[in-house]
Amino acid sequence: MADTEAQPSRSRDLDKLLLRPGNLVGANFDPGEELRDDLAKYAKVLVVGAGGLGCELLKDLALSGFQNLEVIDMDRIEVTNLNRQFLFRFEDVGKPKAEVAAKRVMERVSGVNIKPHYGRIEDKEIDFYSDFSIIALGLDSIEARSYINAVACSFLEYDSDDKAREETIKPMVDGGTEGFKGHARVILPGVTPCFECTIWLFPPQVKFPLCTLAETPRTAAHCIEYAHLIKWDEVHSGKAFDPDDPEHMKWVYNEAVKRAELFGIPGVTYSLTQGVVKNIIPAIASTNAIISAACTLETLKLASGCSKTLSNYLTYNGAEGLHTKVTEFVRDKDCLVCGPGVLIELETSITLQKFIGLLEEHPKLLLSKASVTHQRNNLYMQAPPVLEEMTRSNLSLPLFDLMGKTTKTTLHVTGTTSKNDKKTSALRKLRVVFKGVDGVTDMDTAGGA
Amino acid sequence: MIKLFKVKEKQKELAESANGKSSIKKQSAGELRLHRDISELNMPKSCSISFPNGKDDLMNFEVTIRPDEGYYLGGTFMFTFQVSPIYPHEAPKVKCKTKVYHPNIDLEGNVCLNILREDWKPVLNINTIIYGLFHLFTEPNSEDPLNHDAAAVLRDNPKLFESNVRRAMTGGYVGQTLFPRCI
Ligand SMILES: [Zn+2]
Repeated sequence: MADTEAQPSRSRDLDKLLLRPGNLVGANFDPGEELRDDLAKYAKVLVVGAGGLGCELLKDLALSGFQNLEVIDMDRIEVTNLNRQFLFRFEDVGKPKAEVAAKRVMERVSGVNIKPHYGRIEDKEIDFYSDFSIIALGLDSIEARSYINAVACSFLEYDSDDKAREETIKPMVDGGTEGFKGHARVILPGVTPCFECTIWLFPPQVKFPLCTLAETPRTAAHCIEYAHLIKWDEVHSGKAFDPDDPEHMKWVYNEAVKRAELFGIPGVTYSLTQGVVKNIIPAIASTNAIISAACTLETLKLASGCSKTLSNYLTYNGAEGLHTKVTEFVRDKDCLVCGPGVLIELETSITLQKFIGLLEEHPKLLLSKASVTHQRNNLYMQAPPVLEEMTRSNLSLPLFDLMGKTTKTTLHVTGTTSKNDKKTSALRKLRVVFKGVDGVTDMDTAGGA
Repeated sequence: MIKLFKVKEKQKELAESANGKSSIKKQSAGELRLHRDISELNMPKSCSISFPNGKDDLMNFEVTIRPDEGYYLGGTFMFTFQVSPIYPHEAPKVKCKTKVYHPNIDLEGNVCLNILREDWKPVLNINTIIYGLFHLFTEPNSEDPLNHDAAAVLRDNPKLFESNVRRAMTGGYVGQTLFPRCI
């Protein structure tokens, strides 16, 4: 692998996309060597997850001309990962996935720089995420996707016409696989549906009735869930079960085996135990590779404009024959996470009480008996009485002060609206702008307009 | 978008230590929906709710139920609720913290209530669950047993079940198990 020879040939295929004009290109596509160099120099991609999909994504992105990559993952390598998480070797077992994955790709692909982060996505400051041009997701949980989505959408700002401001859009490319099925999607907050707009796409987890587990187990999964949900508590009073602790998982497995023997049920294995407890369907290496390739291509398209991006959700099914389909989902315009919300301009002197009164008259809201929450700070709660009492003293205070004197912010209100004499409950997002405060205008004029 | 990324990167290089943006706390969609559920709570009169972590943590709370009829009349039963950030896609985790002699609640506090597990749907809410729990005390049923012994006694000998419940609630042994007083 002589470096001098690898360099020109490595970008040969990429050059076909980036150096030549085309008819199906994205807006502002400007082909040329400068584009290729800028991609290497200025595009910064965060890969979330260094598991089956994450390994593929890192390798694919590195081979597609991206040179500034970072990867975050909280897991350590397990023996059972080795069949598909191809960046890991037997001697890596027990080491953080992010660190090993970054090291291996850097060893193989010269010029690429990958910074690993071993830890939880929730533990990073929000500013950490604002640094990236694009976030690529290789995750297996709804919670983690929902979290990253909320973070990416929190950077989004709208202009006074409720149009997303382009420079505040944090694009995400999300991949997911389950056995022979997978999906790849492009999320441009404010333009295409965000994760929360379409959360119903994810089937709810199957939950067995506890009494079935306790009394009439019929399947291996029942035995595992019995050990996990009932037996664990009985034996370890108070100690929380940690699905990421191999010792805990082993314990559940052993108990499940005993249970299965008692009822004459076959099929309890350690990997099934992991699968049931963590709600994971066995991963297939080829599905990860295909989905990662689709995600990487979309990342490249987003960054370079060399082609129009996927609009906006690709499903892949390789279980019987092969089927792929692209669906264009639409945004939920009232989405609490990515929607613009209702723009309200206020004086800094307005009290919370006056503000709540104003919501009742606002033509777009007509919201009575509103409860108000601002970034995990419950400013006023109409019910239950215990919370009403705790928040009542806020009513006479200026809203501006209660919200930390930020001149531009988002808050959420719940209350009742009446339409045609029918009362319905409503939860609304509001974009609040305070008038005439120093510092609003010199920060950015567009948002205050 | 590369031009945009380029501009941003250059801006960053120029003003590396520009005035630090106040870090935003993001509220999950689940928290917002919960905020609505809580602010519209309409519980049975004999139930109450409390928030041990204060007014800004709605994701963890406690509900106290005092049944107003049936076997458990006069008892006080405390439940903890743990709500996930992807609520209502997922049901809250509910545990009974008061040790109770009950066919559908085991001695560890696991509760067999269909809407907490197999029949949960995002249109349901916290109010529905509280009513469901309340109902468990007025109508315990022997068909979905978590406490096998209690269920058998309720089915075969309701009189004995009644006196066992009384004994447990006033603080005493039923079989080998000691129940603390909850009346
Ligand atoms: Zn949305």
